[in-house]
Amino acid sequence: MKVFATYNIKGGVGKTTAAVNLAYLAAEDGQRTLLWDLDPQAAATYMFRVRARVKGGGRALIKGTRSLDGAIKGTDFDRLDLLPGDFTYRNMDLLLDEAKKPVRRLTRLLEPLARDYDVVFLDCPPSVSLVSENVLHAADLILVPLIPATLSVRTLDQLTEFVAGFDGPRPEVLAFFSMVDRRKRLHREVAEQLPARRDDVAATAIPALAVIERMAEERAPVPVFAPRSPATRAYRDLWAEIQKLAPESDSLHPTG
Amino acid sequence: MPVTGGTVRDVDGRPREFVIAEPGGQPLGRLRAELAKTFTVSGAVRPARATRTWLDTFDWRLYKAGLTLQQVTTRGSSQLILFGPGGEQLIAAPSRGRRLRWPAQAEALPPGTVRDRLTPVIGNRALLPVVSVTSQATDLRLLNQDQKTVARLGVDALTVSPLPHHRPEVQPPPGTPPALDPLPTRLTVHEVRGYPAAARRARQVLTSAAGVSVSRQTALDAALAATGRHALDYTGKVDVKLRPAMPAREAVALLLLQQLDTLEANVDGVLHDVDTEYLHDLRIAVRRSRSALKLLGDVLPGDLTLRFAAEFRWLGDLTTPLRDLDVQLEGLPAMAAGLVAARPADLEPFRVYLGRRRGAARRTLNRELRSDRFAAVLGDWRKALTVPKAGRRPSRPRAADLAADRTRRAYSKVIRMGAAITDDSPAESLHTLRKRCKELRYVLEFFASLHDPAAQRAMVGDLKRLQDCLGEFQDCEVQQLEIQALAAAMLARQAAPAPTLLAMGEVAGQLGRRQQQARAEFAGRFTAFAGSAGRRRLAALTAPPAPKITAPRTAATKITAPKTTAARTRA
Repeated sequence: MKVFATYNIKGGVGKTTAAVNLAYLAAEDGQRTLLWDLDPQAAATYMFRVRARVKGGGRALIKGTRSLDGAIKGTDFDRLDLLPGDFTYRNMDLLLDEAKKPVRRLTRLLEPLARDYDVVFLDCPPSVSLVSENVLHAADLILVPLIPATLSVRTLDQLTEFVAGFDGPRPEVLAFFSMVDRRKRLHREVAEQLPARRDDVAATAIPALAVIERMAEERAPVPVFAPRSPATRAYRDLWAEIQKLAPESDSLHPTG
Repeated sequence: MPVTGGTVRDVDGRPREFVIAEPGGQPLGRLRAELAKTFTVSGAVRPARATRTWLDTFDWRLYKAGLTLQQVTTRGSSQLILFGPGGEQLIAAPSRGRRLRWPAQAEALPPGTVRDRLTPVIGNRALLPVVSVTSQATDLRLLNQDQKTVARLGVDALTVSPLPHHRPEVQPPPGTPPALDPLPTRLTVHEVRGYPAAARRARQVLTSAAGVSVSRQTALDAALAATGRHALDYTGKVDVKLRPAMPAREAVALLLLQQLDTLEANVDGVLHDVDTEYLHDLRIAVRRSRSALKLLGDVLPGDLTLRFAAEFRWLGDLTTPLRDLDVQLEGLPAMAAGLVAARPADLEPFRVYLGRRRGAARRTLNRELRSDRFAAVLGDWRKALTVPKAGRRPSRPRAADLAADRTRRAYSKVIRMGAAITDDSPAESLHTLRKRCKELRYVLEFFASLHDPAAQRAMVGDLKRLQDCLGEFQDCEVQQLEIQALAAAMLARQAAPAPTLLAMGEVAGQLGRRQQQARAEFAGRFTAFAGSAGRRRLAALTAPPAPKITAPRTAATKITAPKTTAARTRA
C-alpha cells in the first residue's frame, strides 16, 4: 500500500482538488484507493456527495474505539472509497497529543488497511501541527501544490529540510505547480524554470481553470464531468509522473 | 458486465442474485418504477455488450477451490477477472500486444496477482474455456437525496454463445450443441460500502416484485446447464456409488465402466498435448482397470478377464515412455535449482534432448491412440461390460462381501511383504511392495462408497504416507537409471557437452541422496501403517467378517504383474 499526502502550509493552493482528482485517477487505473479527508472543512467529502460525519467523531478514530474500516464509505466510482471529513477533526491535534508515540499515530491507524487498499491519499488541512506531522510520517510520497511565486521555493525547502530530519523512513517529496495562470509572466517563468532545475518539482503544472472550481458545483472529480478538458489532461499527466515514482500493482478489490 | 470495485459489497457478503423468469422487458420496467419510489434510479441507457468466457481446468480445480475465472471481452479488449470464494475480485492487467489463447497454462497468463493466485491451484493443468456467453449488462445506480449512489443493481441478459478462439479439443462434447436461447435475465444487488440499509431496501423490492425470483443457480451453472453440462462433470477419482447388497459382478462392472469413461475422456487431451495430466489420468484409469481385473476379475462372467488383461497391459506399456519423459521434464527445474557444482544452464542441452525425445514419444503414442486396435479394445470392452449376459445373474457374492474379502487379502499381502523387508533387501523388493500398496489403495478406492468415511480416510491416510515413501524411493531409482541411459544416448549422438554430462551426474547424485533418505524413512512409515491402529482400521472397514469367496473360475484370477522396466515407472 502506497500512502500519498497532499500537503502545504498554506490553504487554497489546490490540495483538495489534487487529492480528489488523483485518487479518482488511481482508482480508474485499477488501484484500490482510499481518500481520507482529514480537513474539518470536509471539502473532499462534499465533492463525493458523502455526509461529513464520522460516528464517534475524530476522537473514536484516533483513540481506536472505532476502526477506520467501519467509517469508510464507498464513492460513486469503482475502487474508490472515502474516509469522510468531520468537523470534530478540528480537535485532532489534542487527541493525537494524548496518544502514545503521537507523531506516528496515523501510521499505526492506517496499517490494517494495507490488505484492502493499494493506494491511500491523505488530504491534509493547511497547518503546521501534530496532524500534519503525522501525515508526513505516514506518507510514502508528499505531494506539495505550489503557487508559482518566489517564496514557493522557500516553502518547499523548509518542508524538505524538515522531512530530512525524520528518524526512520523518510517520505519522498514531489512538488507541483498549481493554479498556474499562463497570462502572468511570473507564473509562466517559475513554472517552466523550476522543474528544469529541481528533481523534486514535477514537470506537470495544474492550470488555474474554472473547470476545477466547478468541482464543488458538480460534486465530482474533473475527469468525470469534463473528461477532455485541459485540467483533466494535466491531472492525468501528473498522475503518470507520480506513477513513475511509485509503480502500480494489480488490483484486488473486495466486493464481499 | 459491471465490474464493481472497492466501493461495492454484496448483500450479506455474498452476491445475492435474482432472475426475471419471464422474457421481455415488462418485469424490469415495473421493477424500475418500484425502485423509483425509494431511490432516484440512474443508469446507462444502452446496455454494455461483452463476451464472458468462464475458464477452468479439465478437472475443475478452480471450481473446487471456490474460484471463478472469467475472460471478459469488450470491443476487442479483454481482461481476466478472478472471483474468490468471498466474492472478492482480482483483475489481471490486460495483456498488451499478446492475445490470450486457450488452452493456456499459468505461465502464459499476464504476470501479476491473478497469475500468482491461480498458479498453486491449477498446477501443471491448462485452463480451458468451459462455457461462453454474450452479456448485455446495465449497471443501474440507486441514488439518495444527495444524488449519491447508495446501491447498485446489475442487470445482465445472458445468451450462451460458441466458445471463442481455441483448438478443437475444447469444443463441447458432440451431441450437445449450445442452446442459443437467452438465459433468464440476472439481477444482482450490490451494496455500496457504508450504505447497507439501501442495499437491504433494494433487495426487499426485488424479493416482492412480480416476475422476479431468487436465483437458484450461479450464472456459470445456468450457462453450463444450457449446454447440457454441469460443473464437476469430470473427475479422475473413483466415483461410483455401490450398494452393499448388489451383486459383486454388477459392482465390478460399474467400477470398470467408470474407469473406461475416464480413460476415454482423456484421450483427446493426450492427442492434442493440452497438458501432461491427461496422460497421467489415462494411465491411472488403465492401471486401476488392470488391478480390478487382477483382484476382482474372478467375479466377471466368461473369459473377460483373460481377454482384456493383455490389452490393458498393452495400453499401459504404450503410455510409459511419454510419461517418463514428462516426469523428467517437470522435475528438471527443481533439479537445476538444486545444483551446487554445476550451473542450471549446463542442463539446457539435456532439457532440449528430453524435449526432442518427448516429441518422438508423443508421435508414437498418438499413432497407437488413433489405431484400429485402440478403438477396438475400447469398443469391445464397453460392450462386454454393458451387454447383459444370458441366463440368471448370480446374486452372490454381494458387493460388501467382495469388498471385505479383497480388502483383507490386499492388506495381508502388504503386511506380509513389508515385514519381510530388511535393510539388506534389494530395491526390487521395495518396488514389489509398492505395487501391492497400489493394489490395496485401488481396492480401498473402489469400495469407498461401502465404507465408513472416517475409517476409510484414516486407512488411506496411513497408506498414502507409506506409498509416498515407496514412490520417492522408486522414482529416484528409475530416474537415475534413465539419466544413465539418456547420457549414453546423448553421447552416442554427440549431443552431450562435458558440462552437461557433469550436471546430469550431479542430478543423479541428488536423486541418489533422496533415494537413501526415502529408504531410511521406510521402516518408520511401515510400522505406522502395520501397527495395531492399522489393524483396528482394517477391522472397522471389513466388519462384519465376510465369508471367504471362492473364485468361480481360476484361469482369470491369475494375472502376473508385468516385470518390464517400463512397468516399474510411475504412472
